[in-house]
Amino acid sequence: MTKQPFSERNFSFTMSRRRLLQTAAGLAGGAIIPAGTISRAFADDKPAIGTWPAGSSGSSVFVGVTVPRTGTYAVQGEDELKGYELAVEHINSGHELIKKISPKTTKGVLGKEVKIGVADSGAKPNEAVQAQSRFITENKAVLITGGTSSAVAVALNKLAQREKVLFVCGISGSNDTTGKDCVRYGFRQNFYGQTAAAAISPILIKTFGKNKKAAYLTPDYTYGHTVTKSMQDYLAPAGWTTVTNQVSPLGAPDYSSYLLNVANSGADILINVNWGHDAVLSIQQAKQFGVLDKMKLVVPYQVPFLAREVGGGLMSGVFAATDFWWTIQDKYPLAKMFVEAFEKKYGYKPEWGANNSYMEFAMWARMVEEAGTFYPPDVIKAYEKGATIPSTVGDVHFRSEDHQLVRPVIIVKGKDPKDMKGKEDYYDVVEIIPGEGLMQKPDAFGCHLGDYT
Amino acid sequence: MISWPNFVSQLFNGLALGALLALISSGLTIIYGTLGVLNLAHGAMFMLGGYAGYVAYTYTGSFVVAVVAASISVMVLGVLMERVIIRHFYHRPHEDQLLVTFGLSICFVEIARLIFGSLSLTVPPPLLFAGITSLGFLFYPTYRLAAVGIIAVALLALFLVLYRTRLGMIVRAGIEDAVMVDSLGINVYRVFMVVFGIGAMAAGFAGIINAPIVSLTPDMGEAILVQTFVVVVIGGVGSFPGAVLGGLIAGEIISLTSMVNPGYAYVMLFAVMTLVLVVRPHGLLGTRGRE
Repeated sequence: MTKQPFSERNFSFTMSRRRLLQTAAGLAGGAIIPAGTISRAFADDKPAIGTWPAGSSGSSVFVGVTVPRTGTYAVQGEDELKGYELAVEHINSGHELIKKISPKTTKGVLGKEVKIGVADSGAKPNEAVQAQSRFITENKAVLITGGTSSAVAVALNKLAQREKVLFVCGISGSNDTTGKDCVRYGFRQNFYGQTAAAAISPILIKTFGKNKKAAYLTPDYTYGHTVTKSMQDYLAPAGWTTVTNQVSPLGAPDYSSYLLNVANSGADILINVNWGHDAVLSIQQAKQFGVLDKMKLVVPYQVPFLAREVGGGLMSGVFAATDFWWTIQDKYPLAKMFVEAFEKKYGYKPEWGANNSYMEFAMWARMVEEAGTFYPPDVIKAYEKGATIPSTVGDVHFRSEDHQLVRPVIIVKGKDPKDMKGKEDYYDVVEIIPGEGLMQKPDAFGCHLGDYT
Repeated sequence: MISWPNFVSQLFNGLALGALLALISSGLTIIYGTLGVLNLAHGAMFMLGGYAGYVAYTYTGSFVVAVVAASISVMVLGVLMERVIIRHFYHRPHEDQLLVTFGLSICFVEIARLIFGSLSLTVPPPLLFAGITSLGFLFYPTYRLAAVGIIAVALLALFLVLYRTRLGMIVRAGIEDAVMVDSLGINVYRVFMVVFGIGAMAAGFAGIINAPIVSLTPDMGEAILVQTFVVVVIGGVGSFPGAVLGGLIAGEIISLTSMVNPGYAYVMLFAVMTLVLVVRPHGLLGTRGRE
């Protein structure tokens, strides 16, 4: 045996110390996993897939949440997070609202407590994918969620399909999310470009007439382009033309040059597809440039907190398509329960982002209970049965072909500040339009779901 | 969308946009030129100027007080930052300087978020400048017109300080050769502190002047910082006239490109920056050896 040089011996000593740490960590980790886990995994006739069965073998399951807490969509992301947290609290305690949506739920999901990990995506796809990859490998997440930017939603769709971990979508308005970028492992609860356009266009045509000239403000990514395209498609038959389409980057610091183009375009209607703080800033600056005095503003894809943030009654008389507005609680008992529970916990009326996240988790809990297992292909098949689900906007169901929820779109109109009854009474509900008639054919946007395994 | 009135409108708007960029960039470029520290917290200080002004406005209802309060408080912050942290980094590698200022910028943004939340806040323009003015060829927000004038005065004041005072002479000498200034018996470190204060004040001042044009969010400095770098690179690092020229060029590029194809406004900005880097690596008005 040759004598080791000192430096190598030293090295091997540090290595062995590291190995000791690893062993200790392994022991500690092993202590958390209950006995029988490994044998059960082998005993089951199904091969392991994604984080199954490792992720659901303990007394709790982990869900990875990414929301934008910084950047242009921070306000909306923070609100969505509250919806997720409320849902988890309700699921774990077996709240009566969850039991209405998921009748088989007692406490937790299949008796397991739900734990969440939260990461800031900054509405950037790469950051969301990084965080969720970590949640999947380190925490064995059984479910991931995120969005607010459709670019994030599409990226997480792909991650979910690759890693074979279920993904329920946060806010995402792009047609692509359940269209050309749809996946077997992804599901979307909320409305999107197509359904928004199909719902709001007839009302715009009825209100403003035929043969109008429209100017668009479009954020430069999948959400903006698909929503603008859907609006143009639905307004064209009534003779509406696009006189200008101002495409701007996400988080543009100033809209003056775009708004000058709009002001000089001779448009009658300004259709603002911008979202988050971009919508706030572009509407405020449109007012500064006198654009709102010359043309009518329309928001085809509603932005949570928009009326409050733009201030000054700028949303008065403005039509918007949305997913949820709290005053529909007069019509839907589950909405009433949700609004009350949310307001009790957070002190304000929930916006549609929070409702979306709540419903996404609640419906996932229902599907796992229905499947009786966390085994992803079985949970997916439970979604694909398309059973009627009671929700905060009435009865809804998933389409098996593209994993899109068939649900109504709500058209609201901004109230004049003097007509508001209370400080959060920003909108009148104009119409609640059933989902069936608003949807495109399942394959119209090129959806191919991909494999179960 | 290319029509004569629109062209003139955009040309004018480019000037207004450029003036603001020039003001923010001048603070960044003076600090970098003199101290050799690239202050990545400059955008956050711009944001803090807006919020400080917002607080002052909320309590006093006076826009003038808001402007003074914002400028002074960000200047004080700048001086503190220089005394407590930055001065320990003058002799450390550039990467360390970038990391510490970047870290500070994250702290500033998150502190602002903690105190004010993410919901955007607005500072209304002073009543005198509310509304819209017709310039014949276009309608333009009165406050933006006023802002161009205010910024022009501020830039002139900065010019006078830099080019007509003893302090300015030392600062400019420091930009050219700090070692030589030091060996002439001038306390360079005190000058550094003053320069950092002036640079910070320019950011804070720009922040509150910009506040009625935009709405305040904790992240607002981020996008501005990127544009500011472009301006500094185009104009020439360390050059005050370069920052002004670069600002105006950047403003015009954004405005005029958006007239042809708005999707390419920012692409063009970076394309021009790249072109400048290829043709004149030191920027339009920069000189070799400053960076």
